[in-house]
Order: sequence, then C-alpha cells, then structure tokens
Amino acid sequence: MLLHSRSVRVTAWGVLAILFIGIFGLPLLMVFLSSIAGQWNGIFPTGLTLHHYVTAFHGATARHLQTSVITAAGASSLALVIGTWGALANRGRKRAVSRVVDGLFMIPIAVPSVSVGLGLLVAFSRPPVLLNGTAYIVLAAHTVIVVAFAYGTVSSGLARLSSDQELVAASLGARPGYVLWRVTLPLLRPQLIAAASLSFALSMGELGATIMLYPPGWVTLPVGIFALSDRGSVSEASALTVLLLAMTGAGLSLLSLARSRAPASH
Amino acid sequence: MAIESLPLSAVRATLEKGRSPWSLLPPMTAIGLLFYYPLSLIVSQALTSNSGAWSIAVARRTLTSRLFRRALARTLEIALSSTAGCLLLGLALALVVSFVPFRGAALLARTVDAFLAFPSFLIALALTFLYGSAGIINAGLMALMHTSVAPLDFLYSPAGVILAEITFYTPFAMRPLLAGFATVRREQLEIASSLGAGPGRIVREIILPAAVPALLAGGSLCLLLTLNEFGIVLFISAKGVITLPMLIYEKAIQEFDYSAACVIALVDIALSLTLYALYRLLLARSRGGDAAAL
Repeated sequence: MLLHSRSVRVTAWGVLAILFIGIFGLPLLMVFLSSIAGQWNGIFPTGLTLHHYVTAFHGATARHLQTSVITAAGASSLALVIGTWGALANRGRKRAVSRVVDGLFMIPIAVPSVSVGLGLLVAFSRPPVLLNGTAYIVLAAHTVIVVAFAYGTVSSGLARLSSDQELVAASLGARPGYVLWRVTLPLLRPQLIAAASLSFALSMGELGATIMLYPPGWVTLPVGIFALSDRGSVSEASALTVLLLAMTGAGLSLLSLARSRAPASH
Repeated sequence: MAIESLPLSAVRATLEKGRSPWSLLPPMTAIGLLFYYPLSLIVSQALTSNSGAWSIAVARRTLTSRLFRRALARTLEIALSSTAGCLLLGLALALVVSFVPFRGAALLARTVDAFLAFPSFLIALALTFLYGSAGIINAGLMALMHTSVAPLDFLYSPAGVILAEITFYTPFAMRPLLAGFATVRREQLEIASSLGAGPGRIVREIILPAAVPALLAGGSLCLLLTLNEFGIVLFISAKGVITLPMLIYEKAIQEFDYSAACVIALVDIALSLTLYALYRLLLARSRGGDAAAL
C-alpha cells in the first residue's frame, strides 16, 4: 500500500530478508554449526558430529540440564501461584489501591537481575533466614524475576474478563471458592498457560541473578554454558545452548498455542 | 427442583467477600519477603558504616571513584548507542513488515515475539563465531589476504557489545512499533498516495507522527534493558568494558565488597526505576490495550 511499483516492493522485501537473515538467522545458524562441528579452524567447520550432544547428556552438563529444568519448573509454579493470587485479590478494588498493588507487583521487572541477586545474597546470608549456599536461594531469585510477568499476564486477562458468568454462578448458589475454581480460573486458562510458559522460558535463560547466587552443587544451564565458553569449550557450550533454546522453544510454542485458542468453553 | 436465584446485591456481596483486604496478604508477604526486604537491605547496607551507624562515607568513596565513574559513562554510552541502533533498525524492519505486506508477515512478527524470551548471551556467543578473532569472517579475510593476523578486531570492545545488544534488543523496539503501525488507517495512506504523495512523504507526514508514542515507549524499554544488560557483556568479556551490572558482580563476587556493590546497585536501581516509570507512562499513552507482560 506504501510502495506501488512491484520492483520497489520486491527490493524492500529483499532488503528485509537480508537484514532478518543476517541479523537474527545467521547468529542462530552459527551456534548450531558450532554445536555439530568436530573441528572449526578455517572458514567452515569440518568433521560434523553429534558428539557434543551425546556428552551434554552425561556427567556435569546433564546435571546442569536437570538443575535448570527443576529450577524453572519450581520458579514458574511459585510465580504463577503468587502472581495469579495477587491479580485475583487485586480485582475490583478501589482504583488508587489497585494501582499501588499493580506497581508493587510490576516493579521487580525493572530492577536489574544482578541487583536482585545481590539483594537476596545480602538478605539471606544473615539470620533469621539462612539460604545462602542452598538451591532455594536460586529458586527465590528466579521466582522474583518472573513473578511480574505472571502477574501482568493474568491481570491483563482479568481486565478483559466480564464478571457475568461468575455472577450467574453465584446467583445460583455457588460459593465464592467454587466460583473461583469452576468459573474464573477456567476462563483464565489461556492467560495461565501463557504466564507459566513465559515464566518457564525466562527462568531457563536467567543468568545475571543466578551467577551471583548459585552454590557449587546447583549450577544452572546458562552458568554452565558460560563456564564452558570461558574455558574455550565453545562447541560443548553451543550444544548446550541449542538444547536450552529447544526447551525454551517448546515452552513458548505452548504459549502461542494458548494464545491462538479461544478462551475455554466451560 | 426449581432453581431459586438469589438477589443480585446478595450475590455481589458473597463474591466480594473473597476480596477482603486480607486476601492480598499472602501474595504481598511472599513478594515482600523475596523482593522488598532484600531491596531495603541493599539501601541500608549502602548507607551504613561498618559499625552499623548511618553514614554516607562508603557511598561517597564509591561514587567518586574513577572506576565507578568510568563504568557509569561506559554503561550510558553502550545503552544510548544500542537504543539508537535498535530504534533505527526496528523502525526500518517494522515499516516493511507493516506497510509492504507479504505472505508470512504474521509468522515473522510471531518469530520476533519468540526472540523476546531467549537468553541474551546466545547472541554474544553467536557473534564470537561470526566476528571473533577465530570467527568465520576473520578466517575468510585471513585466507583472502594471506595473513595470520585477524583483520577484524572490534568484537572485544564497546562496539562489539553495542552490536550484540542491537541484535538482541531490536525486537523489543519493534514490538510496540508493530502495534502502533497497526492502528494507522490504511485508507489514509491510500488517499495521500492518490493525491500524489510519495512513500517518503507518507512515512514522514502520516506514519511517523502516529508512531511517536510507540517509538518513545520502545526506546525507553530498550534503554532500560540495555542499561541492565549483563549476559552479553559477561560473555563477550571485552577488556576494559565494565558496565554498572558488571561492576556490581565484580565487587560482590570477586572482591566480597558488599557495601560498595550495594552503593552501585542503588544507583543502578534508581536509574532503572526512573526509566521504567517513564516507559509505563509512555506505553499508557501510546495505546490503551495489551500492556500484558512487560
């Protein structure tokens, strides 16, 4: 509609394609190539191999994978519970109150992850709660970092939800808990799935706070990848990165599935 | 059995009961304990002396140190250049995706969305394979020029960090722009065009003015994220490129100087919160709709 001559349009698409492939596609391709490279001394890798993926599932790196999945699952569940509860409890309040609550839940998003890590390190290295050196402090950090995303997603769903169906259920005698469980939460299902998968993906890739806090026995995937690439084992680092992306991608496709589906029918 | 319905006011009252002030307590306690309590300790640790009395001695010493001032200048330099780059590139890409439609544009927009949840260090890792001293481009140039010295040597410098950040954060600038462009009425463009306005003029006089709020919102978001970027700087590990988050990490983890780390964190947090407030304000102005995740 902007460019009427076909040749100019084609040029614009060509430039777009080159930019997209050059800027976003090429880097991803490089990481993938490196992950299957037996050797990479010249322009192109030689001796293509799946060896790096095989080693990824053995020894220390297998534990990184496991650690990351457990942490991400735990943090996204906690964030989902806290965020959903907060969003539901904040519904229908006076505007002034609800804006303050909104702010309190969203502010963690704006605080640098390294600082979130530093705060937890300072807070939980001293009594009354000593968590430093345990896996729980990593879980706490990941929960803080993703909770705003969970809260934001659920609250924006609630804002669009009309309370008619809940009122009907309640007028037929359903108690508030029953209405919440059988009406409100099912109506929010797309947002809940979206919040969970986004939280999972972000937690899988978290580096800034984790590197401040992780105990030696709880090394997440990104920290492990950094250690590998710092040691010069770039192919192993790339293979782990590809696995990380695959898991993040699996979480995200759940998200787009949830978005494309209409709100639940029951 | 006949269904007996309750009066509406009674129904509302029962539903409201679930919303007593106390229902906010559990989630607020959780977030208070995990976020606001640690935050308050950063503030108090930054502003107390070793003996525990309030004092700005540590803060003053840290903030006047050359190390801190250089890190602050470096952080701003990288964040501002990256943001400018993201806006320019994002604008160009969003213009073509929105106004020169093609099949698959929607899919492309969704791919951009997926990029938002990827870890940033991915890009730093990838760029070392492209532009690093043993990267594909240097290997090619070395073979071409018959030399053993890598001719392209910018990756381990601020320029390399900026390139990586532009690559990673452009989608964050594009997203509000795509949303903003979607509200531009297509008829308006057709009419302008039929009255003889060229594409340059249409972009300048119709599309860009409509996109100003989205540009500002995307720009402040990019600025916030690039100010706080850690993974890219860590992975490229360029000599002499120390940003504020890097400095916090070094002070706390390598020197165990928590007080200095807290002072720097405090400055960084204050800067970020100001920008975040600005971003929310601009976003609220640019559209009424889906402020969902960010």
